[in-house]
Amino acid sequence: MRRPGAAPVPRPRHGEPGAGAVISLRGAAVSYGERVVWQGLDLDVRPGEFVAVLGPNGSGKTSFVRALLGRQPLSGGTLTVLGRPPREAARHLGYVPQQAELSAQAMLRARDLVRFGIDGHRFGPRLRTAAVRHRVDEILASVGASAYADVPLGLLSGGERQRVRIGQALATDPRILLCDEPLLSLDLNHQRAVTELVDARRRSHGTAVVFVTHEINPVLGLVDRVLYLARGSHRVGTPEEVLTSESLSRLYGTRVDVVRVHGRVVVVGAPDDPATPPHHAQQPEEVRP
Amino acid sequence: MTLTDGVWQQIFSFDNYGELLALVRNSLVAGAALGLVGGLAGVFVIMRDLPFAVHGISELSFAGASAALLLEVNVVAGSIVGSLLAAGVIGVLGARARDRNSVIGIIMPFGLGLGVLFLALYKGRAANKFGLLTGQIVAVDTPQMTWLLGTSAVVLLALTIMWRPLTFASADPDVAEARGVPVRALSFAFMIVLGLAVALSVQIVGALLVLSLLVTPAAAAARITASPVMLPVLSVLFAVASIEGGILLALGGSIPISPYVTTISFTIYAACRIAGRYRTRRWGARRTAAQPA
Repeated sequence: MRRPGAAPVPRPRHGEPGAGAVISLRGAAVSYGERVVWQGLDLDVRPGEFVAVLGPNGSGKTSFVRALLGRQPLSGGTLTVLGRPPREAARHLGYVPQQAELSAQAMLRARDLVRFGIDGHRFGPRLRTAAVRHRVDEILASVGASAYADVPLGLLSGGERQRVRIGQALATDPRILLCDEPLLSLDLNHQRAVTELVDARRRSHGTAVVFVTHEINPVLGLVDRVLYLARGSHRVGTPEEVLTSESLSRLYGTRVDVVRVHGRVVVVGAPDDPATPPHHAQQPEEVRP
Repeated sequence: MTLTDGVWQQIFSFDNYGELLALVRNSLVAGAALGLVGGLAGVFVIMRDLPFAVHGISELSFAGASAALLLEVNVVAGSIVGSLLAAGVIGVLGARARDRNSVIGIIMPFGLGLGVLFLALYKGRAANKFGLLTGQIVAVDTPQMTWLLGTSAVVLLALTIMWRPLTFASADPDVAEARGVPVRALSFAFMIVLGLAVALSVQIVGALLVLSLLVTPAAAAARITASPVMLPVLSVLFAVASIEGGILLALGGSIPISPYVTTISFTIYAACRIAGRYRTRRWGARRTAAQPA
């Protein structure tokens, strides 16, 4: 993958001496009043690492995303992004939000959304438009979205829109990519295209990836570690460590079976478990190339 | 002469047109400023889904203007005060869309009621009263012009400064907030700007028909372009065409200006809507061609 020529950002590579964690949580907790969403969370995300965040609905995945964005204050512990409070690191964190209903966005073109990623936060009239336009073209090409650069977002398919979203998130050449359910309502081909884009980026640039998903299988081959949130508690580790019957049974406090079939992980018996929506049990995914 | 001819004479008449034109020079200048402000603010009214807020603000603007008429102070200033009060209340209490609509639904009849009360107490010219609701063209005298143009300048400056982050925050609030755009502050700031724009529009098209300047032109433009440059340009063009066309046509007739303005802006919208169907079809065709299966 070509390296886009943006403003230079100090970017420690994987394994570089002194390259610390890009995200660091120590005893972090979030609670709403009496209800503890998660607590005692220790996690260091290294550059180039792919961390999947799993958990049933209401387990605090969204709070986790919001905390990383600096929009959710912790009720305990600490969280730093690139050694700073999250809000101060916003520029170095590319964010792919959950697909929301399109209303106002539908008026914009794909290239406008990417352009927001570059300079949308600046006040005053836009200067240096040629350079920015050139950069937008580069980004659109790098995510394979050049063909529909001028098409309003409302006319794009979910998969096309998600490519544009990833382009927008990469526009600032971020050191962390935070994706919130980026595969939601995409078909298998588009799921694969999107995960490959994300994976290519972390390999070429050492960008750390935090990938919130209700379904692990499309990214199972890429994931370095899993953060599994459930019932106010959590597990952190490699998929082999976390996605086992014993580990998840302890996490859920009830008997849960984890079965591996054809390289896929199927979790059986978890209350409202996100890793196995029923249709997937009947409709196994093709093996990834 | 048949009845139809008489009605026609009332609506369209161009006798002594040159002399009349001189009388409304101020109005034409004010109209151009208004078209510019309304067309630009309208872009965000559409993006942020605020047409109902525009209507709510205009009723309080009307109350402010009629209070000013009663107290014999500057009517433009009165309508600005009313507008800003309404915009402030909507901005503070109605951050979320659902709350916003009920807040507007509550203050709108209250504002209209106050306006009716003040007008009932007012003993001056009846044309002044009617004008606040349905618009007027010759009412723009020189002190009012200063107010109108000064306020337009403030609105244009504010929009120039916050245009980019406001577009980001309107179209893509989640990512904008993540990137450190002050989404809430911008939302409030825009309500204030909108309040000023509404107060200006009330002076010419009247409180009941402000939507035709602050919503219709931008909505029409959005039908035929997605370009962030062409959208405001066309919106302003449509708004200026509606208002100046309305003034010029209303000049000879004996009916208020607003039916002319609303009819022109509606016609533009209808045309854009039809043209927009072809645009969507064209995109569909181009996309299929660009992506062979």
